[in-house]
Amino acid sequence: MGKNLVGNHIRKLRFNHDEMTQQQLADKVGVTRQTIVALEKGNYSPSLELAFRIALAFNLPLEEVFFYGDQTKQ
Amino acid sequence: MTYQEKKSIVSVISAILIFVSYCLFMYPRYPGGGVALSEVLHYWGSFVLYLTLFSIVAHIIISIIFNIVFRLTTNEKEPTFADELDKLINLKAFRNSFFVFVLGFLFAMGSLIFYQPLHVMFMILISAGFISDIAGSVTKLYHYRRGV
Repeated sequence: MGKNLVGNHIRKLRFNHDEMTQQQLADKVGVTRQTIVALEKGNYSPSLELAFRIALAFNLPLEEVFFYGDQTKQ
Repeated sequence: MTYQEKKSIVSVISAILIFVSYCLFMYPRYPGGGVALSEVLHYWGSFVLYLTLFSIVAHIIISIIFNIVFRLTTNEKEPTFADELDKLINLKAFRNSFFVFVLGFLFAMGSLIFYQPLHVMFMILISAGFISDIAGSVTKLYHYRRGV
């Protein structure tokens, strides 16, 4: 478990968006804080719908929030 | 540790406590040798039925107490809904739990094929129910900690 190939920059993006908390992002996209924690740890690949909602929350295209493969650092 | 992880641990502990305490309560009430088959079946029927009712009520009470303690100790509100991760983990937990119970059910039926006493079949069946409950909670804990 936990070997997801879909990575993300959520943690960095939260920091760049006025240090948005995990709870604030969770409320914005309609999930629990636990799901945001799992996403940031790379323990969970979100559904396409949730991925779009997160990208919309940051006003960014999907590919700037999520990436596929071993691109752990940008 | 998150709310869901703590809840899974509490669920495992409460399931063990409920089952053990109920078994200790019912064990002395087992009808001794030389009683009619209908008496024995009545005992096992009431064992299963009352265990189901008792465990539902106990789980609800423990869940309420856990939520109160969680709010008091963390100043955080428990999640009021299940999102896609919760639903996925619940599905996996249910699958594992169901698999364990079906396995137990088959063993119970197997005991009848091998001419084991009736109480062996009921004990395997009840144990399978208990272990399947534990398997579900442990699966949840595993996936909340390690991911999906």
